[in-house]
Amino acid sequence: MRSARPWLAPLLSALFLALLVGVWYLATYQPAAEATVDSEYAALVGQAASTGAKSAMPTPGEVGAKLWEHLSDPFYDRGTNDKGIGIQLLYSIGRVLLGFGLAALVAIPLGFVIGMSPLIYKALDPFIQVLKPVSPLAWMPLALYTIKDSGISAIFVIFICSLWPMLVNTAFGVAGVRRDWLNVARTLEVSRLRTAFQVILPAAAPTIMTGMRISIGIAWLVIVAAEMLVGGTGIGYFVWNEWNNLSIANIISAILFIGLIGMALDTLLARLARAVTYRE
Amino acid sequence: MSAFRNPFDHRVRLHRGGCACGRHASQAEHDHAEALEARQLQDRVVEGAVMRALFPQDEMRRGFLRAVGAGTALAAVSTLFPLGLAKEAFAQGAGALEKTKLKVGFIPITCATPIIMAHPLGFYSKYGLDVEVVKTAGWAVIRDKALAKEYDAAHMLSPMPLAISTGTGSNPIPWTAPAVENINGQAITLAMKHKDKRDPKDWKGFKFAVPFDYSMHNYLLRYYLAEHGLDPDRDVQIRSVPPPEMVANLRADNIDGFLAPDPVNQRAVYDGVGFIHTLSKEIWDGHPCCVFSASKEFVAQNPNTYHALLKSILDATAYARKAENRKEIAAAIAPANYLNQPVTVVEQVLTGTYADGLGNVKKDPNRIDFDPFPYDSFAVWILTQMKRWGQLKGEVDYAKVAKDVFLATDAARLMKELGMPAADPARPIVVMGKTFDPKQPAAYVDSFAIKRS
Repeated sequence: MRSARPWLAPLLSALFLALLVGVWYLATYQPAAEATVDSEYAALVGQAASTGAKSAMPTPGEVGAKLWEHLSDPFYDRGTNDKGIGIQLLYSIGRVLLGFGLAALVAIPLGFVIGMSPLIYKALDPFIQVLKPVSPLAWMPLALYTIKDSGISAIFVIFICSLWPMLVNTAFGVAGVRRDWLNVARTLEVSRLRTAFQVILPAAAPTIMTGMRISIGIAWLVIVAAEMLVGGTGIGYFVWNEWNNLSIANIISAILFIGLIGMALDTLLARLARAVTYRE
Repeated sequence: MSAFRNPFDHRVRLHRGGCACGRHASQAEHDHAEALEARQLQDRVVEGAVMRALFPQDEMRRGFLRAVGAGTALAAVSTLFPLGLAKEAFAQGAGALEKTKLKVGFIPITCATPIIMAHPLGFYSKYGLDVEVVKTAGWAVIRDKALAKEYDAAHMLSPMPLAISTGTGSNPIPWTAPAVENINGQAITLAMKHKDKRDPKDWKGFKFAVPFDYSMHNYLLRYYLAEHGLDPDRDVQIRSVPPPEMVANLRADNIDGFLAPDPVNQRAVYDGVGFIHTLSKEIWDGHPCCVFSASKEFVAQNPNTYHALLKSILDATAYARKAENRKEIAAAIAPANYLNQPVTVVEQVLTGTYADGLGNVKKDPNRIDFDPFPYDSFAVWILTQMKRWGQLKGEVDYAKVAKDVFLATDAARLMKELGMPAADPARPIVVMGKTFDPKQPAAYVDSFAIKRS
């Protein structure tokens, strides 16, 4: 369905953005207040505290300035604990892709087996149902304790949380392949392996891709929390480090970047999903 | 060294395959023999020292040797005294560093000042070490990373090595605390709305935050409340909250106050969220807070590295102790790579000229101080409080645990080597007017009206 006026939706989006920033500006606007304390004291505290108030939320202008600061120098490296936001994002993306890739390597073959054999499906079902709803972060202490390496623990948490949607979706897709197609393959005496690759895989591909899309979304959600826990590098560490400094402007910048990267990852998998979709 | 022999000396041979002295077939053999000789000489020195200590009168030693023979004597002495180990230790004393690239974890608070500042101000490189100081998210994480050997050494709260060694809250693993980081430097901060409730008796129902269960903060807050008649488990709520979340929680009204490490207290003032009710030095002047710690395994396997590391920490601590260096240190540790705080906040903590949150500028140069000596009595006091609040169950050998974990002898020796003034082992501990006798820990625990044991 093609709209007669294709520019309308983007215009409306821009309007919403302007409205949001406007409300934000008004909510955080503070008229310049007189200092209520002597100058010696005022020099020792923040600007808000010197007028007897609590430090406030940053204004859109302050966040904009921070964003510009990050964008103009995203890849600086000033020591172990202070790296540019670009480097931090790359670390996070690397971890997500590694954990997600490992999960795909395990989940898709296993999902195939589960989907093709009702017996194994029934036998493994209780495990999947119990482990699936566990919050990924609940695995963290266990991972740290047994793996004894925080970097690998973070990847393990990504792995375990991206595993289930892919596993369940693959099994569902494989089990749901139309009987007729399988029967046709059997009549033509196609080998089991060939059936798996040439009939079942293309038929289940859209469902598998949906599972992968859900998984990468979850993985990207979890990496921030995992990195806040283990620290060191990554966008989650960046958020934690700026929280430590109570720098809300930096945290809002990070939220924006996290959202943008998440959108990019999702779009990428949506494209892939579209590539394998077929019409019946 | 033989390559540098005097070529104008007629006794020295420079050519013809043999060695410089002519007694060995090759130069390598000569060098080897020389090293062996040096080692034998060193061993002799150790043996001599041991024998002199065992037999103060030489006549007795000679009589003993004549009676049993040298071989039997050596065997007999070895059973009494680990001669082999002593020789080994002596030989290593002057040895090379086993490891020069190290990772040391820290929590971004001013207690970690010596560990952090040793990096930008070059104290680690001065002793030949290439140390990476890694900021860590919380106490449980730093403990787990240290236990997992991701860190060679770490900044910990002083009760943590005791808890790890006694297996409180984790499996028992021998841990050591060879140096105290800082003394004093904590404070009780309350939310602005409580600025008229300065008497702790009005604090019933308050929610307080401390950084960790096994922290001086927890024990000092409990002590302070109990002395004012409040039961810390029944009349108030004490939660463990990571330092960065404390100010945010105070702002959001989730807690009424906290006993926290700096710069958290000063940061609450800086942001207009809270005021400093009392400095921890008013509760116990000179109390330890954080320690520099390493596993016993690291200490045993890398004695030279451990000594170099400890020396750089001691050296940095001595530098931090001098009031005139504090501004420079504040500027060095405030950036994002270390504490990630406004410089003025760190400066107020370290110089002791600070805004109290109620409109007064206060001056107390001892607000935080740095004294590395790990007194056994500190450890015993901490253990009594762990016992008092039910964290330690059963019988506790206070003196033994204290001695095993707080390595006072090592610190004393290295401090002497560095020319630092010796610590007074009998320094009294007075907490809110009550003197603590480290020789009577059990009686001390029993003397409190409010306790859980």
